[in-house]
Amino acid sequence: MKAPAFAYARPTQVAELLTLLEQHGDEARILAGGQSLLAMLNMRLSEPALLLDLQAVHELKGITVSQQVLRINAMATHSEIAASPLVAQHAPLLAQAAPHIAHRAIRNLGTLGGSIALADPAAEWPACLLALDGVVLTRSSAGERRIAARDFFTGLYSTALAPNEIIVACEFPCAQATQRFAFAELARRHGDYAVVGLAAAAHWREGAFDAVRLAWLGVGDQPTRASATEQVLQGQPYSEALLALAQHTLRSELQTQADLTHSAATKQHLAGVMLKRTLQALLAQQPSANHSVAA
Amino acid sequence: MNSATERNTLNSAAHPMHIPVHITINGTPGTHQVQPRTHLIDFLREDLGLKGSHLGCEHGVCGACTVQLDGKVVRGCLVLAVQADGRRVDTIEGVSDSGALADLQAAFIRHNALQCGFCTSGMLLAAGELLTHKPHASRAEVREWISGNYCRCTGYQAIVNAICEVLAARLAHSAEVAA
Repeated sequence: MKAPAFAYARPTQVAELLTLLEQHGDEARILAGGQSLLAMLNMRLSEPALLLDLQAVHELKGITVSQQVLRINAMATHSEIAASPLVAQHAPLLAQAAPHIAHRAIRNLGTLGGSIALADPAAEWPACLLALDGVVLTRSSAGERRIAARDFFTGLYSTALAPNEIIVACEFPCAQATQRFAFAELARRHGDYAVVGLAAAAHWREGAFDAVRLAWLGVGDQPTRASATEQVLQGQPYSEALLALAQHTLRSELQTQADLTHSAATKQHLAGVMLKRTLQALLAQQPSANHSVAA
Repeated sequence: MNSATERNTLNSAAHPMHIPVHITINGTPGTHQVQPRTHLIDFLREDLGLKGSHLGCEHGVCGACTVQLDGKVVRGCLVLAVQADGRRVDTIEGVSDSGALADLQAAFIRHNALQCGFCTSGMLLAAGELLTHKPHASRAEVREWISGNYCRCTGYQAIVNAICEVLAARLAHSAEVAA
């Protein structure tokens, strides 16, 4: 199908963009990479009067590190994140997750900010943001806000973003020497929507898990942490018995929802499989010497 | 840019105007008038008559519309022609003329890696980026890479064979040049 008619603007400054958003309100949609929006327009699931294309806003591009914080601006593409040495060094979880995002042609245009703002429950970046305890930086005519990942996702395609507010960047605390990361995802075909996925971060201290963060994608209406399961792992060395206990806890904790191809029970089972793979991947990792290198 | 922004914003959805865009298509710069709603593939096929890029699903799933934007593969149905303003677009026509993928095209013919040909232009461009981006790709990585391009005829085996053969041939060639 063809997209309905709309007007188009390409501001070059954030201030100009915010003014346009104020003027046009709900009639306007923001076009970041367009890899979800264009499909929605073609299927006429969305009929905005005006598209605001962000590609010329240079302030929204680029990846930087400063004071132990990795900042990825909203318009950084999935391919740029996958290829970034700064990301590989300071947020290796993102480098692990990037290849799971759709296909090369889509990764070349799709953006971090677009993915976070859309809040698709099967998307990789929202879960990674949760697992890394990241922060979403936003701006509107009312000023700037810093929203913690745990407060940002509020439901199916729903976020804490106010109308007329945009995502400027996401911040991720730089990986520490004792930290390990793993990302696992099941899809029917590589690049398809996740059936179940898990982004995991943990400290590994004296042979035991510490401060484990398990962030799930594809299981419910939003990316979600499994706090009770994280608590089961706290301070424990890995063992088959620990895995069984963690899987048991996960089954009672994780509220899975069926999708077109998988029942809630299947997803529940597969989440347990992902947990096993992810914990074993964390266990197998050797601490990287890179993490302590200053940027 | 400010004046352009104002002009474009003034054009209301009820009366969609054509917007001038400057795009270098297959090496030839030009100015074209496009409606904001027109995606890149309709623009290339219907306005310019470049029919080598195919329109399949029109929502970013099948990969038949793959073209290059500033040298990188994109889904042509998920890019508006106005987004390509000031940028470079290369289609299978241009890439065929330049000879950049001549070895891959020859391998596709040799291996019978196409039947109806609908997916072929997109498949060639997608695989072309793999050849430069991941010259050491394994067979599994080749399959993973082209998982975003559907072929309903070949069962993929011959396509993967052709791509793997060109990967190996290019590696052997660069080793020769280095030696």
